[in-house]
Formats: sequence, C-alpha cells, structure tokens
Amino acid sequence: MSTITLDSRCPTGPIEDRWDNHKFSMKLVNPNNKRRFEVIVVGTGLAGASAAASLAQLGYKVKAFTFHDSPRRAHSIAAQGGINAAKNYKNDGDSVFRLFYDTVKGGDFRARESNVYRLAQVSVNIIDQCVAQGVPFAREYGGLLDNRSFGGAQVSRTFYARGQTGQQLLLGAYQALMEQVQLGTVRLYTKTELLDVVLKDGRACGIVTRDLSTGEITSHSAHAVLLCTGGYSNAFYLSTNAMNCNVTAAWRAHRKGALFANPCYTQIHPTCIPASDEFQSKLTLMSESLRNDGRIWVPKGFDDNRPAGQIPEAERDYYLERKYPAFGNLVPRDVASRNAKTVVDEGRGIGPLKNGVYLDFSDSIGRLGESVVRERYGNLFDMYERITGENPYQVPMRIYPATHYTMGGLWVDYNLMTTIPGLYALGEANFSDHGANRLGASALMQGLADGYFVAPYTIGDYLAGMLGDPVVPTSDPVFTLAEAALRDDINRWLSVGGTRSVDHYHRELGKIVWDQIGMARDRNGLEKAIAEIPALREEFRTNVRVLGTADGINQSLEKVQRVDDFFELAELMARDALWREESCGGHFRVEHQTEEGEAKRDDEHFANAAAWEWQGADTPQQLHVEPLDFEYVKLTQRSYK
Amino acid sequence: MNLTLKVWRQDGPHTGGRFETYQAADIKDEMSFLEMLDIVNERLIEDGREPIAFDSDCREGICGTCGLMVNGQAHGPQKGTATCQLHMRTFRDGDEITIEPWRAAAFPIMKDLIVDRSPLDAIVEAGGYINANTGAAPDANLIPIPKPVADSSMDAAACIGCGACVAACPNSAGQLFTSAKLNHLNLLPQGQAERWKRTEAMVERMEQFFGSCTNHGECQEACPKEISIDFIAYMNRDYIKAKIKNRKLQGQGFP
Repeated sequence: MSTITLDSRCPTGPIEDRWDNHKFSMKLVNPNNKRRFEVIVVGTGLAGASAAASLAQLGYKVKAFTFHDSPRRAHSIAAQGGINAAKNYKNDGDSVFRLFYDTVKGGDFRARESNVYRLAQVSVNIIDQCVAQGVPFAREYGGLLDNRSFGGAQVSRTFYARGQTGQQLLLGAYQALMEQVQLGTVRLYTKTELLDVVLKDGRACGIVTRDLSTGEITSHSAHAVLLCTGGYSNAFYLSTNAMNCNVTAAWRAHRKGALFANPCYTQIHPTCIPASDEFQSKLTLMSESLRNDGRIWVPKGFDDNRPAGQIPEAERDYYLERKYPAFGNLVPRDVASRNAKTVVDEGRGIGPLKNGVYLDFSDSIGRLGESVVRERYGNLFDMYERITGENPYQVPMRIYPATHYTMGGLWVDYNLMTTIPGLYALGEANFSDHGANRLGASALMQGLADGYFVAPYTIGDYLAGMLGDPVVPTSDPVFTLAEAALRDDINRWLSVGGTRSVDHYHRELGKIVWDQIGMARDRNGLEKAIAEIPALREEFRTNVRVLGTADGINQSLEKVQRVDDFFELAELMARDALWREESCGGHFRVEHQTEEGEAKRDDEHFANAAAWEWQGADTPQQLHVEPLDFEYVKLTQRSYK
Repeated sequence: MNLTLKVWRQDGPHTGGRFETYQAADIKDEMSFLEMLDIVNERLIEDGREPIAFDSDCREGICGTCGLMVNGQAHGPQKGTATCQLHMRTFRDGDEITIEPWRAAAFPIMKDLIVDRSPLDAIVEAGGYINANTGAAPDANLIPIPKPVADSSMDAAACIGCGACVAACPNSAGQLFTSAKLNHLNLLPQGQAERWKRTEAMVERMEQFFGSCTNHGECQEACPKEISIDFIAYMNRDYIKAKIKNRKLQGQGFP
C-alpha cells in the first residue's frame, strides 16, 4: 500500500488574500544564490517558454527542451480565439471575483477555489506583461485594447489578436526566451525529447532525453524539473491537437510515482470541421469566437437532404437558442458539444456524411455587413474554405465537436508541484484550474499564469532548502540505469518485426477511445474499453512494424513510444470515467443525467479530484481522493437557460 | 485520382541524395497533401520500405513546421497556403508531382524532406524581442496604440517562420523573415527603446547565414501568410538609420 497523502497546501483565510499571504510565507532564494540552482524546463509552449524566460530573468540556470526544431512551434501557437483577463475595460461588471466565479462554475465545481482565484487575480498581470512584450492585441480606434465575449461568460473579457491569439502570445514568450538564450542564462535544446524523469532519494534530479536528429540518449541533471508538455487529446487519434502532441513526459513521470488526476476530464470542442473520411489525420478547430456571430442550427426534419439555402426559416431548429435562451449560442463548450451530438444522433445531421450541424453567418452579414465579419473572422473563413472548398460567406459552415483539450493531468499542489518533490507540472500538463470543463480563452490564461506568475515564485520555496547541494552527476547509477533501460526499449521496438504501422494501431486505439470514452459514456462501454484496450495493446506490442535504426531521424520510432504511452493512459481514462459515477462538465455518464438530459453531479460522493498512483505495468492504479471545498461559490446545478 | 511522385530521398545530413519514384493510387480530392504522403508512407511501411521523412505538426497552417517544394514551388501552387493546407483538389488525375525539401545553403538537409532551419532562431536571438522582465509591466492600456499601427504590426507578426521565403528566393535571402520580425516590434511604441540596436543586430546576424536581397519578390509570392515585401523596404530604411544612430551613441555619448 502506498503512503502518499495528498496535501494541496492551499492557504486558508479570506480568498482574496490567500496568494499574497502565501507568497509572503514562502522561503526566498537570495538573488546571488539563484545562479547556484539549475532548473530543467521541458516543453516550450506558453507555460514552458514563459517559465523558462522568467526563471532565467530571476537568475536561475535554466535548460529548456523542446522536441520541435524551434520553441516557436509548440502547439500553443494554434490557439485562435483569445485570452481572458478580469480587466473590466468594457465597464460591463467584470471583476476578479466574477472571473473566478465563472471559472469555478464553468468547471462544474471540480476545481480548487484557491487555485482558480489566483488564476483570476494574475490574469490582469498577464495582459500587462504581453502588451509590454509587444503582443499586437486588437485595438479600438482610440488606441485602447479591444475585447470580445466568449462562451460561458456574460461579460466581454477576452483579449485577442485576430484569430491568432495563441500564436502572438507564444511568440511573445518565445522572444523573451530567445533573449535569455542570447544572454546565456538559458541553454536551449531543440529536437530533443524527454523519455524519462529520474529520481534520487525520492526527489526529481533530472531527465533522460533522445536527440531526434542523431538518436543520442543523454542525461541532464538539475535541482528541479518543470514539465510543461501539454495535454493528451491525441489519445483519441483524431483531435484538434498537432500531430506530435503526446502524453509521454507526463506519463513517464506518472510511472515514476507522480499521481495522474482526473484523466477522464477531456473537452470536446463544439466548433470543428467534421471529418471528411477515414484517411483524415487530424481535425481542424474553428475558433469558438465564431459562436458570437454565427447561429447554430439543423433542419427540423429528419434526413433532410436539401442544401441549407433551400430550407426555409420555419423548418430550421436553432436548438441552442431554443433550449438556452439566456446564453443561446454562447453556452459552455460541453453543453454545446453534447447538444450537437444529440441532434446528429437523432438523424438530423447535415453534410455529405450527415456528421455536422450548421454554423450560419447570414444574419450577422446582413446586420453588420460582410466587411465587419471579414475583419473579425477573415482568416478563419479563409481557412475553412481552403479545407472544405466551400465559401462560408455564401453557405453556412459545417461544424461538429472534436477532442480539443484535456482538463486532467498530473496532480499538483498549490505550488504546482507533483507528488514527486522537485517535479512540477505547468499549463495543460497539470490538472489544476479548470475542473471538469475549461471555459473558452482560459487555456492561454492558465499556461501563462503558471509560467510567468506562479512557478517562478513557488519554485524558490523548494529550492531554498537545497542551498549548497550539488546536482546529482549524470554518471550516477540512477541516470546510467535509466539510459540503459531506454536503449533496451528502443531496440525492442526496432526488433518487433511486425506487419502493421504505428499509425494503424493509433487509429484503432482512437476508435475505442472516441466510441467508449468520448462525449457520452456508460458502464457497458467503459468496461468494454477496459477489456479491449489491453488486448489491442498486446497486439500492438507484438505486431507493430518499426523500420530503420536507432541512430538519426526515425519518425516511426518516435511515434511508437508515444502511442505505447497513449495505450496505458487510455485504459486509465476508462477506469477513471467508470469510477466517477456522476456527470460533470466534459465527463457525461449516460446513467447520470437530469430529465432534460443535462449533466447531473453527485456532490455528496464526488466533489473531489481523483488522483491515480502507478502500481506497476500489470496492476491497476491505486486511487487517492482529494476532497474539494466550496466556500465562496455555492454548489448549484449549472444552468445556462 | 492516381499520381506519380518524384520524391527526394536522402539518408542523412552527410550522405548524397536521389529522386525516387512512387505511385500514389486512389487519392481523394478532400485529402490534404500531407495526408496523401501519410498514405504513401503507410503503404511503404507495409511493403517493408522506410517511409519518407517529412516535418509537420499543427496541420492548420500556423506552426510553420511543414514546408516542401512542390513542383519547384515553395508550399506548392496555391497562394497564401502552407503545405499542410494544400488539398489534393488542386491536382488532376495522372499528374506527376516533384517533391523536394527547402533548397537553401543555410538550411542543410537532415533527412529526406527535413531541413535544419535553426538560423531563423539565431536571427530572433540577436534582437527579435522587447526587453520586458516579468512583473515589471505597466497597465496594458497606459500606452494607446492607434489601430492602423497595431494592425500593421500584426500583419508583420503573422509570420510563421516556415522558411518558404528563403526557399523561394533565387539568392536564398532571409530578408522577408527578418523584416517581418523587425517591423512587428519596430512599429510599436513599446519597441522604440531597442529599435536601432535591434535592427542592426538582426540584419547583421541574418547576413551571416543568408544571401542578399535583389528584389525578385519571390518571397512574398511563396509566403503562406502573404507578408508584403514593403516590410523589407522599411527594414532597409531602419538599417541605414540604425547605422548612423548607433554610431552617434557610441562616439558622442548621447542618443
């Protein structure tokens, strides 16, 4: 039995003072001593690049790792819509407390109040920081910053840079990182992938990496390790994540003892372009901001094959406006997605494969004029046309939900430290702030909050106690043994000599995950998944074909290891979803719904976070439960009517 | 549709390369160009032959990871489109398609269609940032930025760093990439403090790796974000000013 007890280390007292008091009570590292500490940052997306730059500015010696050829390619770059901040520049009643409230409620009461309040507090600093770096946010004619509204909120608090907000925020963080590289305070390793986290005496002391260009396996030691490695949506194979997004860093930390929390909380984004056939390699998201001006509908009748323009107004069902008059098309993502699934399952889907719903801009174009719509969404419309060959100024877009973001991740305490001392998880890689559902424009906020304004403070509290301790040398057996095991692993994959490609098995896994652990889950399906996944994994491990050698670039070899980790994760997702006998946010259990088909929580038994502990390859993980208290936001049934 | 592909294969950075011919059968209009290559690769693997190595990630035209010469054109025939957003409906049954990696001395080939674009990072490292330590920023609305200025800065900032401008240029010049980053920052009020230092440093770092610009304009034709070569003119103007201003700073002790 494990001896782990989950201690969230959340401060107490009035919520508005908690972060300030916590910052004051943490130990500090003297400016002249910071250079004596080495910190490894894995991943250079919003969380990683901002953390690496900020830690280097403070004076720490930083090593930053990315498996891309440049830090700027991290998948944060693809975020389109915007970033929330409680600036109240629109004078519409926003405040830190309201952003906090919306986020806790939007997450369906499955996040820690203390963490979320801190997130809302630092949101205003993020915007200041990004503007100072030169992020070209959209402006009003007077030169002040513009905002727009987003799903799940009734105020306009979203800052944006055309449809490329993630790109511009990442470039800001990337440029700050490159400045530190030039100054010599950050050593940057590109095309270098983490394959293991190394522990000595129970603490994280470094990592082992593979150079993707040469195949070289190398160890790196440090006083602390930050994993900023994103989410695991690609367990579904088809998702809006980039092709190379993977769970490997987080999963290998899990195998070394870091608890993995709420893996069943996955977000299905409502506005993606529907799949066009089986060969599809990934799905493309159309920013949720489109729901501000687009109206979602399907025909009232079943199997209606007429083109959209020939369906009269009276025969259209604007189902979100009908069911949720207060929020209409701006209901939170989980609600919008589930409703789309419902109408498609009923047989009212549209498009050649009947697998979508319409997102119609004709009213907005009539009201605002085409030029205003083009100004707001031009690049998204262009992208849609490139992919589908249809012009959305003339015919409604076709959209359908797709996996987009994962709220679950490595369990972390208030300091963002995992259950392994010295190992931190930031951004999407952790589980902390979004509960069971993330609101739009909050991922960028959380990534940058963790990287710029949380980890740089909290890491000092841990490091201060290690002053004078040298790093563990990479000649230590903890490193050399880990390296040897990885070389064996790689050789094993290369010698399987099977018949099918890695992609084949990834696709097959994705089908199980989408069908059984997707938008709606039930006991039968989850039990089926728990039986099918290990069987398919066994076949994968004995019949996959990885050609080429361990030296040099070998993309199949990179993929096979990532897919292997997805198999183990997918099984845990199913177990977690099965254990959580309630519906909340992105986790919808068919057995637990209201008469109107809405998610029905069970706060008495499940107002908690489920954190799973690795028990070895052939034993199911052990569950640890962190209870969640709600002092400031009253537990209520979410209603967007 | 059925296609014939002539693909550049090269085992590693220090070996020679050659074109190999593959048949791509049963390709559908809706497929993206890279999905077509995925299928070719899957068939190669099933035949026991090593798949074609090529880079891609977001497949939404924003990360800048992908980039191929398709029939001699960087990112292929469709204007304003990265390779990953190119769809097969652009091609016809029976077409022969030649696929090569980016061609530029500054971008050595690592394997097959993958090149090393690290010189682009080196240019940003030289000065492509605004120094603003975390936590020191004033309120975001303290400096109003006229909308046309913010828009122009954003036009330049839209660069995805794919390197198509270099690959398309007969001189393998890096001017469009460098000028996009410079103008993103130099146009903004926040970017003024380091404007002249940044301009000189980035241009001179660029010249260590890339050829010279002779106004062919191929770069803006190939750019998937359709970034204008006007930015190169602004960069040249700023560079001349920078040489004078920076000399004053050093020689006479006043700005």
